[in-house]
Amino acid sequence: MDISVNRSKLTAWERVGIARQTDRPKSQDFIKELFNDFHEFAGDRLFGDDKAIIGGIGSFHGIPVTIIAESKGKSLEENLKKNFGMVSPEGYRKALRLARQAEKFNRPIITFVDTAGAYPGKGAEERGQASAIAECLYTFSDLKVPVIAVVISEGGSGGALALSVADRIVMFENAIYSILSPEGFASILWKDATRAKEASEVMKLTSFDLYEKEITDKIIAEPEGGIQKGMEDAVRELDEYLIKELKTLKAMKTEVLLEDRYNKYRRIGKFV
Amino acid sequence: MKNIFKRRRERITLFNVRSKRENNYSAKEIPDDLFRICKRCKSTVQTEVFKSNLYVCPECGSHVRIGSRERIRQIVDEGTFKETDADVTTTDVDFEGYSEKLDKYKNDTGLNEAVICGIGKINGEETAIAVMDSYFMMGSMGSVVGDKITRLIEMADENALPLVIFCASGGARMQEGIVSLIQMAKTSAALKRFGDHGNLYISVLTNPTTGGVSASFAMLGDIIIAEPRALIGFAGRRVIEKTINEELPKEFQRAEFVKEKGFVDMIVERKKLKKTLSDLIRLHGVK
Repeated sequence: MDISVNRSKLTAWERVGIARQTDRPKSQDFIKELFNDFHEFAGDRLFGDDKAIIGGIGSFHGIPVTIIAESKGKSLEENLKKNFGMVSPEGYRKALRLARQAEKFNRPIITFVDTAGAYPGKGAEERGQASAIAECLYTFSDLKVPVIAVVISEGGSGGALALSVADRIVMFENAIYSILSPEGFASILWKDATRAKEASEVMKLTSFDLYEKEITDKIIAEPEGGIQKGMEDAVRELDEYLIKELKTLKAMKTEVLLEDRYNKYRRIGKFV
Repeated sequence: MKNIFKRRRERITLFNVRSKRENNYSAKEIPDDLFRICKRCKSTVQTEVFKSNLYVCPECGSHVRIGSRERIRQIVDEGTFKETDADVTTTDVDFEGYSEKLDKYKNDTGLNEAVICGIGKINGEETAIAVMDSYFMMGSMGSVVGDKITRLIEMADENALPLVIFCASGGARMQEGIVSLIQMAKTSAALKRFGDHGNLYISVLTNPTTGGVSASFAMLGDIIIAEPRALIGFAGRRVIEKTINEELPKEFQRAEFVKEKGFVDMIVERKKLKKTLSDLIRLHGVK
């Protein structure tokens, strides 16, 4: 493990702000930058097509890969279509369908994580949000192809975890990853959602915090003000990391790959 | 008019004095909670009757929340339960006030954590059993809960034992942050291995089963059983109402509703639960 960037002087709350800016590059921008011949596949074959998840296949340095991405929009119109990146059960089931397809064709999977959380709506509950997320955790834990998760901006709760059961987890410097949004956290623990800033400082949700906890394997450096000020260097660093790790993971025996993935989650927690 | 009130007051006073006198005879033997009032139907029920009815109101059938020890008493054959990993604790208690909160719950409940794990017999069927306890920090899943359940699943896998998990949880434990969230992936991964080896997992959803627990092992049972009217869902009611800006129907996220939507196999009353579990285990021909 290497840490290529130093913790700068930004507070956790400032990073939350950067991570959430609407002009920050989204999954669709990274897909454009990183892959050739991307073809998008729609639908879960059960109910509908959730636009909060982009799924499909493309070529990564000549290697066919499956891409599954949580996707926010950059305009209000786009965000209304994508439900602000809050995924519904259909989205997770689309992810599951494409993951199983990737396994069938022995294609590595690259996921992009960017969501405030799974959609807390009436229909989402009725169609089994909990079940859909649980199925993702269950299935991804044992997929017989390499999986790399890239946390671009916001990784919130079970909705983000559903797409981050992977062999490697990469985080952008200003990305956050947490059990719940700081607002939700403050609301549950202190019954006061307005204390979100205070919550963010104690939640240990920055990329550096997650690196220290050995949950994230790699931090991608960002320019001052974030990748919204220019993403070229970050894309190059991500590209290099992905190809290097993909080759390593592809060369591993499946049993070893799966044993390592199991232990990546199994060892989290400190006990006496 | 004045007189009427005066006489009435006198009678009331007399009644109070008399009842006090009666109480005095056996004050020591009678516990304060000789009767309890059912929260749902408001009937007054003798506590003894209520207890022998497995904490189900005999009037309206309301299933009152029970702790993990009572659940084990109801389900596991007497004297057969052997607890595993009873003393596991986490050293990850940096969050302000968390350590004190844990100590308080340990003191108040006499439990070590929000789950008891072990092996016991259900009508003679040897089974790996985890029972969550909503009286311990709302049954929230931190690293200890996640790890104890994972250890139990792995042990059941090695010994080809059937597994029953009684879920009762508000979700992942906020104080341990991301580490709590990861327990969802950890337990689910263990269940995948367990299931791939042909083992049986029955998940029993009791009131409440929500958040990170519902979005992991609770919903992964080969068979999913729910107790009547148990609250089952991912997001909290208030959060959903705030999101969609409308009031939800009363029965939303109740066991009956969730079964109607296709996410629960059966709703089983408490008095039939033990037999249902042992029948199902026997039908799978595993020991």
